[in-house]
Amino acid sequence: MAVSPGATIDISAAMTVAPVPLGAWLAVAPVALCVTLGAILLMARSSLRLQAWIALCGLGLLVLIDAALLAKVIAEGPVTMVMGRWLPPFGIAFTVDLFGALMALAAAVVALAAGIYGLADIDETARRYGFYPLLMMLMAGVSGAFLTGDVFNLYVWFEVLLISSFGLLVLGSERGQIDGAMKYAVLNLIGTTLFLIAVGVLYGVFGTLNMADIAIKAETLREGAPMMTLAALFLLAFAMKAAAFPVNFWLPASYHTPRIVVSALFAGLLTKVGIYALLRVMFLLLPVEREQLSLLIAIVGAVTIIVAALGVLAQDDIRRLLGYVVISGIGNMLIGAALGTAGGLSGAIFYALQSMVLMTALYFVAGQAATLGKSFSLTELGGLYRRNGAFAAISLILFLSACGLPPFAGFWPKVMLVKASLDVGAWWLAAPILIGSLLTTIAFGRLFLLAYWRPAAAVPETRKSLDLRVLLPLLGLSALVVGFGLLPERLLLLVQGASMELADPTIYLRSVFPGSAAP
Amino acid sequence: MEPVFAVLVGLFFAAAIYLMLSKFSIRIMLGIAVLGNAVNLLLFTAGRITREVPPIVPADLQALPAGAANPLPQALILTAIVISFSFLAFLLVLTYRAYQDIGTDNTDDMRIAEPDKPRLPPMGY
Repeated sequence: MAVSPGATIDISAAMTVAPVPLGAWLAVAPVALCVTLGAILLMARSSLRLQAWIALCGLGLLVLIDAALLAKVIAEGPVTMVMGRWLPPFGIAFTVDLFGALMALAAAVVALAAGIYGLADIDETARRYGFYPLLMMLMAGVSGAFLTGDVFNLYVWFEVLLISSFGLLVLGSERGQIDGAMKYAVLNLIGTTLFLIAVGVLYGVFGTLNMADIAIKAETLREGAPMMTLAALFLLAFAMKAAAFPVNFWLPASYHTPRIVVSALFAGLLTKVGIYALLRVMFLLLPVEREQLSLLIAIVGAVTIIVAALGVLAQDDIRRLLGYVVISGIGNMLIGAALGTAGGLSGAIFYALQSMVLMTALYFVAGQAATLGKSFSLTELGGLYRRNGAFAAISLILFLSACGLPPFAGFWPKVMLVKASLDVGAWWLAAPILIGSLLTTIAFGRLFLLAYWRPAAAVPETRKSLDLRVLLPLLGLSALVVGFGLLPERLLLLVQGASMELADPTIYLRSVFPGSAAP
Repeated sequence: MEPVFAVLVGLFFAAAIYLMLSKFSIRIMLGIAVLGNAVNLLLFTAGRITREVPPIVPADLQALPAGAANPLPQALILTAIVISFSFLAFLLVLTYRAYQDIGTDNTDDMRIAEPDKPRLPPMGY
């Protein structure tokens, strides 16, 4: 080394010397917990009952940790923890702001619900394939993606969640699943490879991969760098992940093949991770390029909504119908991202949060409808209302929320997005949101009419009660949908705070570089 | 050195895209393998390629001498290689299983999850 043994080096410029405060550990705790539990569950694979209980306790703990993290972020602002004590931009940082913490909490709630539903839905074979360990690793990837403050890290967490999703997708390895997995795997792999190219070019331009550092350097390095190429690459990669219009066809091809609880998890989490990454990169790292690309994003969003809504109308299989509902939601969020105003961004974040809960609940409903009516096909289903009235009521609430009708949670983000579009005079962006909602309402109305009201054709209409392991997660998620529909103020404030932090990253930057020359 | 690599990366991308546009899943897999390597080479080139100066700080200096390669992209590639290799392994097994179960590797005929003529929802009852 350059320094003689006697000399002392001041390492405080490059490393954290003070012990890490206990609260900062919360930023990495979700990921650490999931990875550890995944390993423990793999060891407990011989005892399937024990495995399920450990997983459920772990997911419960994950919800608590994410709630504590959110409380800390609300109280103190963004939390940063650096790995191996090296300060950013050298060390890898986990930086949690309001947006990340909210998404992580919603993801944990969805995973807990899916874990409970999995008790009923996942049979012994699928459990032997490793449902719970894969679920834990999926959550490690999802939480890591929401909490990290480093672009390459984001790529790695994307891969972690992708490989666990492959495992979940082929759970049981039926013919349809393998066919769906081929399309899912190939297209998603190409998507992440595009993301990796973008990361490589990003490093070539900026010489750093820390998001906050890039946000600062972007001001000076923008001249002469191929920023537009970079932004377009990121946009294409994340649009593929989120299933936006021209690159969405892997989703309806694969989401209806796995076990219903796996579809529910995917619909709730995976596309939203794509949207999260899109918003994060476009707003924090490349705000000027987002401005220039906003027309393209808006058109993609509008076309996504319309194409997906027509897809919803044309489906006979409930699961495929729901796949198109997921895609049309992505279009709404893209319009929010394209508007870029405070209202649009808040609308997109609110939409993402409620959609995570809602889409998972809707797939649970589809699974339960198939258990009661012995089919996923609208042609064959019937008489669900007479079999179980309470289930029909819960379903109706969730359907209305998905259409964006008051007083449920799906109503508010659509109002925010329509208002934000009209505020900037873009009526042609408000129109697809409203037309999409109308078409979805028709489709869900027909679904309710055919599957719930119509007398059953073949199967006798005996009353059946719901399994508690199904009812509990369904009721929990519906309670959230109704609760945030009736009393949205608290969440609205948080979402507005999150969108403000995202659009003006000063606090975020100060959290990563405390006391330095950060603006 | 970099211009040579730039051309090489371009050729790799061209070959990868050509292969991925194929109908047959095994060719698509080969395309994905080539694509992964193209991206790795791209990252490698972005970090400067030199043989003369090793990326080690000499004994009498505080920083790397000028012209040294940046070691970080190489660390990134290491991660990316591990990931893309594991994915390729998974995909090859999946392709083989698909060939066994569906009996074809022509993606046009892989229509179990998405039937050719899907049933439309009933118009009324």
